[in-house]
Amino acid sequence: MNVPEDLFYTESHEWVRVEGDNARVGITDHAQAELTDVVYVELPKVGTQAEARTQIAVVESVKAASDIYAPVAGEVVEVNEALSSNPALVNTDPFGEGWIYVLKMSGPDDAKQLKDAAAYRQAIG
Amino acid sequence: MTDTASKATPLYEEHRRAGAKIIPFGGWLMPVQYTSISDEHHAVRNNIGVFDISHMGQLTATGPRAGEWLNRMLTNNVEKLEVGTGQYTFLLNENGGIIDDLIVYRTAPDEFLLVVNASRTEEDFAWLRDHSEQGHDLMDRSAEWAGLAIQGPRIIELLQAFFGPEVALPSRNQLKEFDYDGIKLTIARTGYTGEDGVEVFFPAEHAAKVWNAVLEKGAPFGIKPCGLGARDTLRLEMCYPLNGSDLTPEHNPIEAGLGFFVDLNKENFVGREILKQTKENGPARKLVPFKMKGKGPPPRPHYAVWRDGAQVGEVASGTLSPSLNQGIGMAYVPTSQAKIGSELEIEIRGQKFPAVIEKKPLYKKS
Repeated sequence: MNVPEDLFYTESHEWVRVEGDNARVGITDHAQAELTDVVYVELPKVGTQAEARTQIAVVESVKAASDIYAPVAGEVVEVNEALSSNPALVNTDPFGEGWIYVLKMSGPDDAKQLKDAAAYRQAIG
Repeated sequence: MTDTASKATPLYEEHRRAGAKIIPFGGWLMPVQYTSISDEHHAVRNNIGVFDISHMGQLTATGPRAGEWLNRMLTNNVEKLEVGTGQYTFLLNENGGIIDDLIVYRTAPDEFLLVVNASRTEEDFAWLRDHSEQGHDLMDRSAEWAGLAIQGPRIIELLQAFFGPEVALPSRNQLKEFDYDGIKLTIARTGYTGEDGVEVFFPAEHAAKVWNAVLEKGAPFGIKPCGLGARDTLRLEMCYPLNGSDLTPEHNPIEAGLGFFVDLNKENFVGREILKQTKENGPARKLVPFKMKGKGPPPRPHYAVWRDGAQVGEVASGTLSPSLNQGIGMAYVPTSQAKIGSELEIEIRGQKFPAVIEKKPLYKKS
């Protein structure tokens, strides 16, 4: 299972890429493999203020709807509109084209409190 | 069933080996998918797929009065069955509510096989036993038998690979016995996918051998092992009802739009009076298939259904149709609002999405 070294991770299987004060967020390769066949992504609205660990988006597979959480507190500044027409990007390129949204972090160092690649790898066994 | 551990079918180890994701379903540990629901779905629509249906129940009724008795227990007319044929039918409670939907086969003049839903097997057996009369025996054979559903347009090629090019297959709703390497296979031309296909029953001890032979002989035809996920999307595209979701003791077959499988000309069967009234007065509500309009999240069971600003029902079954790449479902709505072409709204996470009532089936082969 692919777990890139340069990202941070949550227990709920989101990844975070720190880009200055922003955090780009998606779901991990492990999560997409568990879900399979992503058929719909409900994106958050730009401007949404999110608390850490609150539900902010939904990823739906054929079988079920799964909540996506904000890994850190912040404001949604960008969402991946490409997922509206092609939700399967979450499956085919979870760490790249399959990103879901970008948060402007309330605390720029907040992401560093999350799991690193080694800790996440251990968490998913 | 909630306080007992789920049972494993005789193919459990094969599923594990094939990398299946296993979930509890109707008291059984069943594969929900092996690779992906969409891939498995398309394999059945385009080529062929095999499903473990060993969890389904098999009851037998035998004896000189078995047919007569079953005719009072079931809604369809058992007397019309020739030896080697089957029919879809319902087991109802006294209120006309659906205990189970099943297929009954006449396997000999005085011998019947009932193939019933996994989660209802014990209840069906208990109900039938409590309503038993003189002149027949009732047995639950579920533990002795394994079963496979093999479904898809390449089924004939597969069965020719098993039994030679001259094989005479049973016709639709018929069943026949075959021998494979000394194993007696009972093969019925039926299914739950809308594709041509068979359901095969055989002694449970041979389960792995038959399963692996089907996968091996099916490989040239693109066979895939398929799980409950694809079974659900395939059946819902055809609007075949799922027991527990679309059919419950709160609903009767007329409301479910399945009056074709109820013979009200029979003098007597459990639930007949209520069904007769429902038919004469028209049902208060109806199970209708619907399609979502445009792109949006797929409908799911229990989502609220709205019409003209009022909630009129809830989704019974819903999913994303892999064939149509669109949300589809079925819901009970008041009969006055059940017209084909009528618009509904499905509430998904607080937002309403438009849907249209459609004709059955939701998917037709082009």
